[in-house]
Amino acid sequence: MHRGKGMKFVGDSRVPANRKPNIPKDYSEFPGKTEAFWPNFLLKEWLVGAVFLIGFLSLTVAHEPPLEKIADPTDAGYIPLPDWYFLFLYQLLKYDFASGPYNVIGAFVIPGIAFGALLLAPFIDRGPARRPGKRPLATGFMLLGVAATIFLTWESVAYHDWETQRSQGEIVAEVEVNTEAEGYAIYEQQGCINCHGENLEGGAGPALADTGLSAEEIAEIAVNGQGDMPAGLFEGSDEELQQLAEYLTDPAAE
Amino acid sequence: MLNKIYDWVDERLDITPMWRDIADHEVPEHVNPAHHFSAFVYCFGGLTFFVTVIQILSGMFLTMYYVPDIENAWRSVYYLQNEVAFGVIVRGMHHWGASLVIVMMFLHTLRVFFTGSYKKPRELNWVVGVLIFFVMLGLGFTGYLLPWDMKALFATKVGIEIAAATPLIGEQIRTLLAGDPNILGAQTLTRFFAIHVFFLPGALLGLMAAHFIMIRKQGISGPL
Repeated sequence: MHRGKGMKFVGDSRVPANRKPNIPKDYSEFPGKTEAFWPNFLLKEWLVGAVFLIGFLSLTVAHEPPLEKIADPTDAGYIPLPDWYFLFLYQLLKYDFASGPYNVIGAFVIPGIAFGALLLAPFIDRGPARRPGKRPLATGFMLLGVAATIFLTWESVAYHDWETQRSQGEIVAEVEVNTEAEGYAIYEQQGCINCHGENLEGGAGPALADTGLSAEEIAEIAVNGQGDMPAGLFEGSDEELQQLAEYLTDPAAE
Repeated sequence: MLNKIYDWVDERLDITPMWRDIADHEVPEHVNPAHHFSAFVYCFGGLTFFVTVIQILSGMFLTMYYVPDIENAWRSVYYLQNEVAFGVIVRGMHHWGASLVIVMMFLHTLRVFFTGSYKKPRELNWVVGVLIFFVMLGLGFTGYLLPWDMKALFATKVGIEIAAATPLIGEQIRTLLAGDPNILGAQTLTRFFAIHVFFLPGALLGLMAAHFIMIRKQGISGPL
């Protein structure tokens, strides 16, 4: 390439005036069956990518992404579960030697050594040999690390209570409640609403939608109480009681 | 027409050397699955990049509906998943892609490790690669909270507790991540959103650029 004195530029820019022709290199001189990245190899790569994309989209269509009910910080009984690729860390913190007073060991020392060694691998394994068999220490520690990760993940999955996991976060369908009904007016006026919620969703008391109880049973509980609910909370007439009980058997009815 | 546009730009900016730099490099036989099928292990890095691109694109579409606030975050995700046309596909791609990117990156790491490709002169590229791994884990951790459902909230609580157990600066880290020394709530969600959508992707793009420039500079490691 021409440089220095006599060099011509495009206008007053630093771009040289004599342009390089856009011709690909000839790879026949290279060793083996070397080929050009563009467009020969890229085309094959696109095909691999297309097959991969089909598999990926099939997974996406077949499995809806999970969504649990809206976060409720007051639910103290919820058993947390991180995404699967953090399970090995999560499991590590459950062992006696890595939890409680030794939390620092499980949370920092062991992962710190493992990931630190991974980060600095080229400076620890400095020999010229590249074949896995020729560097047994590096290969051994890597296999150990992978085996430990798989084992911890497996332990975590095997001992997790998946039944509870499924039910504890389930989205509860909002019930349709006819707030115009006379029964609802009584429900409001008698103070039931304070414990059982505006939409019968429950609160201090249980949810009242779909209890499966008959009108008589509901009337009985309203008067005499049940569990934490004291007797005598309902102070209306018998007629109102009847109306309220019937309303609660089918709160969506007009 | 296209050639004329190319020539016009090329005359002014001299883009041919750049274009040949990006496109015109050799693919040796030992990494080409068309010649040796076992060379498919060399595809893992490219597929990781492919899934990353999918993550960026699907994530961009998710932000068209997502609202990072504790009142509406869950509702917006629920709406996207159940009401918006193909919303479930977009969210599905982002959700499953997050797992897939970890899987592909793990496989890519193992390939590079067991072929000894991180040895001189490629040490720096390995270090950058491991940093990308950490950034991806960070993206996974912060993204898990965003739907603001039960598992998101409680897994993040555990994660923040672990971070808060850091010796000496634990409380500062907790406040930095959660926005408050005690509460995991509205501030946490906006912070995780900012980290997930701006800070970590920015770091990721920078690291990936460094990763690729180094590969182009050094070429693919030779056959074993």
